[in-house]
Amino acid sequence: MRYIPNTAEDCRQMLERIGVETIEDLFSDIPEAVRLQRPLNLPPPLAEGELLRHLQSLSERNTRADSGASFVGAGAYRHFIPTLVDQLLLRGEFLTAYTPYQAEVSQGVLQAVYEFQTLICQLTGMEAANASLYDGASATAEGALMARRITNRDRILVGHSVHPEWRQVLTTYLGKGSVVEIPFASTGKSDLHWIKDHVGPETAAVILQTPNFFGTLEDLGAAAEIAHRSGSLLIATVSEGLSLGLLQPPGLLGADIVAGEGQSLGLPVSFGGPYLGFFATRQEYVRQMPGRLVGETLDKQGRKAYVLTLATREQHIRRERATSNICTNQGLCALAATIYLTALGKEGLREQALLNLAKAHYAKASLSRLPGWAVAFSGPTFNEFVLKVPTDPQVILRRLFAQNIVGGLALQRFYPELDRHLLLCVTEENPRTEIDRLVSVLERK
Amino acid sequence: MNPEPTPRTCPAPGSRSPARRVPGRRGESSPGLQFDEPLIFERSRPGRRAASLPSCDVPEVSPGSVIPSHLLRDEIPGFPEVSEPEVVRHFTRLSQWNFGIDVGFYPLGSCTMKYNPRVNEEAARLPGFAQAHPYLPDELCQGALQLLYEIEQYLCEISGMARVILQPAAGAHGELTGMMLIRACLEDRGERRRKVLIPDSAHGTNPASSALCGFDVVQIASNRQGCLDPEAVARAMTPEVAALMLTNPNTLGIFEENILEIAEIIHRQGGLLYCDGANMNALVGISRPADMGFDVIQFNLHKTFSTPHGGGGPGAGPVGIGQALTPYMPVPTIEREGGFFRRNYDVPKTIGKLHAFYGNFGVLVRAYAYIRTLGPEGLKRATEVAVLNANYLMQELKGTYDLPYDRLCKHECVFSDKNQARHDVHALEIAKRLIDYGFHPPTMYFPLIVKGALMIEPTETESKETLDRFIEAMKAIAREAEESPELVRQAPHTTRVSKPDETQAARHPVLRWKPGTRNPGAP
Amino acid sequence: MDLPEDLKYTREHEWARREGNRITVGITDYAQKELGDVVYVDLPPLGRTVSQGESFGVVESVKTVSDLYAPVGGKVVAGNEELVQKPELVNSSPYGEGWMIVIELSQAEELDNLLDARAYRALVEGQGS
Repeated sequence: MRYIPNTAEDCRQMLERIGVETIEDLFSDIPEAVRLQRPLNLPPPLAEGELLRHLQSLSERNTRADSGASFVGAGAYRHFIPTLVDQLLLRGEFLTAYTPYQAEVSQGVLQAVYEFQTLICQLTGMEAANASLYDGASATAEGALMARRITNRDRILVGHSVHPEWRQVLTTYLGKGSVVEIPFASTGKSDLHWIKDHVGPETAAVILQTPNFFGTLEDLGAAAEIAHRSGSLLIATVSEGLSLGLLQPPGLLGADIVAGEGQSLGLPVSFGGPYLGFFATRQEYVRQMPGRLVGETLDKQGRKAYVLTLATREQHIRRERATSNICTNQGLCALAATIYLTALGKEGLREQALLNLAKAHYAKASLSRLPGWAVAFSGPTFNEFVLKVPTDPQVILRRLFAQNIVGGLALQRFYPELDRHLLLCVTEENPRTEIDRLVSVLERK
Repeated sequence: MNPEPTPRTCPAPGSRSPARRVPGRRGESSPGLQFDEPLIFERSRPGRRAASLPSCDVPEVSPGSVIPSHLLRDEIPGFPEVSEPEVVRHFTRLSQWNFGIDVGFYPLGSCTMKYNPRVNEEAARLPGFAQAHPYLPDELCQGALQLLYEIEQYLCEISGMARVILQPAAGAHGELTGMMLIRACLEDRGERRRKVLIPDSAHGTNPASSALCGFDVVQIASNRQGCLDPEAVARAMTPEVAALMLTNPNTLGIFEENILEIAEIIHRQGGLLYCDGANMNALVGISRPADMGFDVIQFNLHKTFSTPHGGGGPGAGPVGIGQALTPYMPVPTIEREGGFFRRNYDVPKTIGKLHAFYGNFGVLVRAYAYIRTLGPEGLKRATEVAVLNANYLMQELKGTYDLPYDRLCKHECVFSDKNQARHDVHALEIAKRLIDYGFHPPTMYFPLIVKGALMIEPTETESKETLDRFIEAMKAIAREAEESPELVRQAPHTTRVSKPDETQAARHPVLRWKPGTRNPGAP
Repeated sequence: MDLPEDLKYTREHEWARREGNRITVGITDYAQKELGDVVYVDLPPLGRTVSQGESFGVVESVKTVSDLYAPVGGKVVAGNEELVQKPELVNSSPYGEGWMIVIELSQAEELDNLLDARAYRALVEGQGS
């Protein structure tokens, strides 16, 4: 067994020191009645080459986002990841370290997390960000729980235009009873009048996603004003992190908490995970935050050092009264985003966002000119948009699959009322030729 | 000014020198050359960049023409501007300031820091996995679904459970899922039980997860053998109690011998038994939680099944459940119909969803690769050697360090600093001194029931020579505690920084860099 | 261990100083030593009514958190703002500048439930440390 150094002879010597005959004797405290009396019924071991061949063949039974053309986003976005990101992630000192409890031997991870926290603050326009949460969905749920702690209120208003599976996670965490959905208007944005009428002294928070699940930008500023008037918080969620390179950060529009998904900042779509929940808020709420925080300090000789801090919020100290039960987070994914954002840099991030904007608008315009096709919502969009289509979207998608094109997401699955609607995403990874091919396949009768 | 890196090879005065004479630091863990490295923001120079973008092959769009101007941002002050070689050097330097399993022995109790096989990394990066979009229709992602289906089968076999939920992203996330299932099951029976029993030796996540589910936590004291007394459980068990959360082997590394009796007490009164599976590395192939009477268990794939911790994640916390809980599984479940695999969202009594998609798929791929590499005999052998290594360490150190519960241990053992505390040298200082000897410290001050605890988990992937060197170092530190306690108290002496001021960090939190501030430590 | 004779004490290590109807509250020298460096004190909003023995806030050191319990019931009429910036005052001056809140006493007889310095001393010496 190549992962176990000790040979039979090593084991014999060790057993002798312990003073037992066999390894079996070390398990004598496990009652016979609960011992497994047979070998595990699992496939026999594979040599490294065999394993890779097996996994290769399994993996080839999936359609790759990078082979053929893909126009599906909906919370998982395909962007080019510079080679250096993964090369650096594979450094064993990052990859195989635990949570940085021992500051003296974890300064690198700690400094990188501090850089991550800073980058997230810069992107979101906030004052404090944590070291990561599991994903955008659970970050949103944690945001709602935090809003309840701050306001001592219960009710959560959440946009129907927030990612449907995130809403499902939200109600799983909070219970259905206290979560109310905000309808959307013909613009594709949440209905502000409805919010005005329904926000009240029992409302802990209003949650809006921007760009929302339809790709439409919400009027965060107006929503924040409405929420604040009744003492509620505004939680902004973001599923396409790249949009923050171009759009006004939620923090500057009045959001109190920004919870989002960082997958598009350096992580592959990887069939849904591991992704990166990010979480940021105002300084005054720092002690109500969930998750780990790294802070700057000095060591005993006055050298700058980084440590995990404000740990009294966390489960290992506060136990049942912790701000969250989270322990292991998505550390390496946060590092990926840190490296990715650093590599893109100030100009690159903006250019990348502009590229997405241009491609998506080109596709949106081209597709909406097809006979019977139309842009479904009038609100502004970034790199995703919804089209109303003349026939059953499933039929359209199947036709596209046959041409090696993954054509988007039929919204009916999540919105029965949108039964003729397709959600498409276009990124810098879709060359114009792909977009044109999509259009021409759809033009054919 | 661009802060240039300064080599730190020259011996620092005073406190740094004693460590250089320390035995047991032969090569393996030399701190080597150490360079200062400023924050990436401080390295920035306007106009530098490290990424190339494709040229725009469609008509450019002026953002103001499609997006209202109040929704557009200005340039981000202070955002990094660096070239590619600088990015690589920056993060390579940062990597060098960390201790990982690849660097040396990492006996962090309860965390199972075993070797993270490299082939697992290759597996997760296969383009067919890494580039599979989560919203591909079933027929276009059969490989991913088959892998999910099969790893569920493997974990069912290993735990004896009926089904395994793959969504939870970490152990605590799994605990939350498990407790939600218990709540759903009891509510479905028309019972509103409010309490959860948790031993005083439990991980902090157990009470935190229970509380997040709305349960009140009732703590049960361990007995003098470090276990849970069936009588104590019987006394605490009332019709108000929803569940007992138990770690087995417990956090002292001791197998709960009375587990069957305890299970019987809980079940007789309609409660459920939850297993914190953090310590599964002591059980795989030997004993199955379902056979012990557990109704739920969360696995920590980043512990038992060798996936990397990544400096704090991502992990994966799949949850195994008995038949009674299957009606409440989160959606989707993965089902097989003949040779076809599909996602099933039709679970009428589901608790809902815990993750946007299907969990940390890439981590599941790694664990799958590990299970397929070891096979049934290999998995059992790993357990056996893990337990052998722990007992060997315990045997060799128990004359030197106080062993509060002197009996067979499983995958880890817990000492206390009692003998050294007489010289005013405590667990924290012993742990920090180990760093000078080239080892990562064990878990300290946990479990809470052992004062000054040092919790050591060697895992099966360490050789006898490594264990011997560690034993030697621990004994040397014990001698130092008697002969030169100040040397131990001031440790570590060999690291870039020593004893960061945590009090100041917490009193006046500085949680981000801001433009205009400059690194006081930079030259 | 510093234990002013003129104060009353709780079993949870708060002290109470009476000035007319106003009861100033803090934690004892023993408590601050047990906690170690205090990094944060969370105090209730002014005007909140607490009952005797109810938790009115928390005090945190780097690695522990302790609840603060009201020695008497009544309305919170003052809080020590200075602790926000200087939580270390709890360590350096537990009976002086490290005071936490002032409660407007509602039932004077509740004071009889508290310990005097001698009884409190016996309590902590019994706990050993």
